[in-house]
Amino acid sequence: MSDLKTFRTETRDWLEENCPADMRDGEKSEAASCWGGRKWQFSTEGQRLWLERMGKKGWTVPTWPKEYGGGGLSKEQAVVLQQEMDAVGARKPHENFGITMLGPALLKFGSEEQKREHLTRVSRGEIRWCQGYSEPGAGSDLASLQTKAEDAGDHYIVNGQKIWTSYADQADWIFCLVRTDSEAPKHRGISFILFDMESEGVTTRPIKLISGSSPFCETFFDNVKVPKENLVHVENSGWDVAKYLLTHEREMIGSLFGGMTGGRSLGEIAASEIGIDDKGWVDDPLLRAKLVQAEIDSMAFSTLLQSVSDRASAGESLGAVSSVLKYYGTELNKRRHELLMEVGGSDELEMSERNQDGQRARNWLRTKGNSIEGGTSEVQLQIIAKHILQMPGA
Amino acid sequence: MPLVLNDDQQMLRDAASGYLAENASINSFRELRDSDNSDGFSHQLWQEMASMGWAGILVPEEFGGSGFGHVGAGLIAQEMGKHLTASPFMATAVLAATGLLDLGSQAQKEQHLTAIAAGKSLFALAIDEARKHAPEKTMLQAVRSGNGFQLTGRKSFVADGGVADHFIVAARTTGKPGDHDGITLFLVPADAENLTCEKTPMVDSRNVARLEFDGVLVTADAVLGEVDDGMSGLNAILDAGRACLAAEMSGSAEQAFAMTLSYINERKQFGVPVGSFQALQHRAAHLHTEIEMAKAVTLAALQALDAREESAWKTVAIAKAKVAQVAILAAQEGTQMHGGMGMTDAFDIGLYLKRVRVAAELFGDASFHGNRLAEQLGF
Ligand SMILES: Cc1cc2nc3c(=O)[nH]c(=O)nc-3n(C[C@H](O)[C@H](O)[C@H](O)COP(=O)(O)OP(=O)(O)OC[C@H]3O[C@@H](n4cnc5c(N)ncnc54)[C@H](O)[C@@H]3O)c2cc1C
Repeated sequence: MSDLKTFRTETRDWLEENCPADMRDGEKSEAASCWGGRKWQFSTEGQRLWLERMGKKGWTVPTWPKEYGGGGLSKEQAVVLQQEMDAVGARKPHENFGITMLGPALLKFGSEEQKREHLTRVSRGEIRWCQGYSEPGAGSDLASLQTKAEDAGDHYIVNGQKIWTSYADQADWIFCLVRTDSEAPKHRGISFILFDMESEGVTTRPIKLISGSSPFCETFFDNVKVPKENLVHVENSGWDVAKYLLTHEREMIGSLFGGMTGGRSLGEIAASEIGIDDKGWVDDPLLRAKLVQAEIDSMAFSTLLQSVSDRASAGESLGAVSSVLKYYGTELNKRRHELLMEVGGSDELEMSERNQDGQRARNWLRTKGNSIEGGTSEVQLQIIAKHILQMPGA
Repeated sequence: MPLVLNDDQQMLRDAASGYLAENASINSFRELRDSDNSDGFSHQLWQEMASMGWAGILVPEEFGGSGFGHVGAGLIAQEMGKHLTASPFMATAVLAATGLLDLGSQAQKEQHLTAIAAGKSLFALAIDEARKHAPEKTMLQAVRSGNGFQLTGRKSFVADGGVADHFIVAARTTGKPGDHDGITLFLVPADAENLTCEKTPMVDSRNVARLEFDGVLVTADAVLGEVDDGMSGLNAILDAGRACLAAEMSGSAEQAFAMTLSYINERKQFGVPVGSFQALQHRAAHLHTEIEMAKAVTLAALQALDAREESAWKTVAIAKAKVAQVAILAAQEGTQMHGGMGMTDAFDIGLYLKRVRVAAELFGDASFHGNRLAEQLGF
């Protein structure tokens, strides 16, 4: 315990000294994040320094082993680090699908060389990753994917198309599901491979979203050469890696939605925007009832997150519980954003300089994808029915 | 009254449906959105609509209208809701026509109703001043000045505010914000001195504006209805608009659902149409039930207005609240059931998601009308 105390003091001092002033505004939005990688343009010198300093300590990925660029912290220490970062309003130094998705999969399935090479570069923010799972014909039925990798001796030749590849146009490398055996049952002919998006034959075409921005792409592979050492795990056993990665992705997506909106409860936002009546209540009883229900659900959900995380620390494997978190967290987040739109009323339906070009409305539209990305809500419910409840026919 | 359409009404609906499908479909809306047309609608189309009698749908024949009543207006709005047609229909043909008919002097009627029916004049109703609909909280001041009034204050969320040549403006002549009494309606020309209009881009890409009145002078004959007693007349105008919006949203809900249904019946995963999964079938069946209800309450509200029933306000409030909820649900479920496709601008479902959110907010969302019902019914 006293070790943890020392760690806390040292961490606090280190943060005090090293966290740049402009990285202490508690900002958590996707747009304000530092995604790293070869193409990254730092928004400020502070953002660059923050990534560099945290990367050097391995605190961009605090619990990863030191030999792969991590901080080598215990779960308890990582919690302390997070608490101390929150206390000074420190931003996350680095977002990367390499941290939340690829990392856990490589730690479990990657070869020693793969871990050393790829994890280390992720920890320093040098390589930004994208996820090549979905295809036009393979969404919920991911295992029916058709992108082909043909054996050409020391390398594969990859042909096919992915879709909805988030940030493919800005990413440096892709972790990609490909079919290496078209005769085998669909789950048993899939391999998990890694390659550079600058490889010859890779093209991306951004897709415009309902929110007006274009964060995801159609991604095309035309005779792309991928060295065999970039195969993760065993050929034709990629589905195991893919599924394991998905549990982490789902847990990550679910965990984003514990509560509070920019540090304020829905009730506080409503009181300040709509106003209060003589009793000090939000001046709209029906809306107020919906707001308090959402807060109750958010607090209950945060508690569930905590309990799952404690169980994981105690060694329990995540598995299908990630579907519980993913399902509820995303549906709750959609509800909260619907409520924020109700609270905002006509002012937030406008898209002008008055409201950062309709930032709230754009966020609201973006949340509609939460219950689709990483497997739809319907798919999560099906997994719960099948793997947790083991219902007949599920 | 039976909740069915008579022959004339059915003919009107079929004509509207055919005309809009051909001339004002979703693709025309996309073109408007993506072009530089800052008016947000096609003037030429509005002229054609006027010549078909739509601009004068509520206006009696003596003023050049087609006198079809609220059910007729609702049928057109419903078809427009299906196609997401952008037009001055609600603000001019429904809101302004209702206000002038109910409250206008003979001179006002003669001047404006004829022009409205001919498609020559566009109106907008300027009510709200804050983010949530609350007509009784009107603050914009009208102070007596000479033989008229001087108006000072702000209005926002003024549908068609950017294209109107006249505004119907709710102003406070006595009392304080929140008082039912003390509100007066004024007819103000858009080119009045000291009146500025700022077009505000909206999430649904429709024409809305903010207005600033910086001591706008109007004469006494600009008053619409009675001084200090504008609220009841305003409620009638708003109810006509709410019923019209309910009709529009019920059309949008129906169309969003139809698109979704055809998508899930086509889209295959696991070797079968995703529409074959019971998880989606039951939700589709539920939506169908909700939409049937939405259509029924919409027609009831429109008929109640035509019959000038005492309790029309209640039927309208129920319609506006219920249909808004149903339309939002239809757009949300539609987006979810389209999977990744639903998130793309290339698919139409997102356009419905945006439009129904705005239509739901305009003239009171479901909570507003729910609170009002609870208050008036005493629980
Ligand atoms: C914002 C966003 C970001 C994304 N980022 C990435 C990315 O980086 N990389 C990547 O590979 N993919 C990404 N995706 C794709 C995502 O994983 C797929 O969209 C998702 O898996 C659904 O597939 P689909 O779009 O083909 O929908 P479909 O599978 O066609 O589903 C259509 C509808 O049918 C329902 N349905 C399907 N099967 C069943 C069933 N058995 N029972 C009941 N209902 C069913 C679905 O729930 C959905 O409502 C992203 C998606 C979004 C929205």
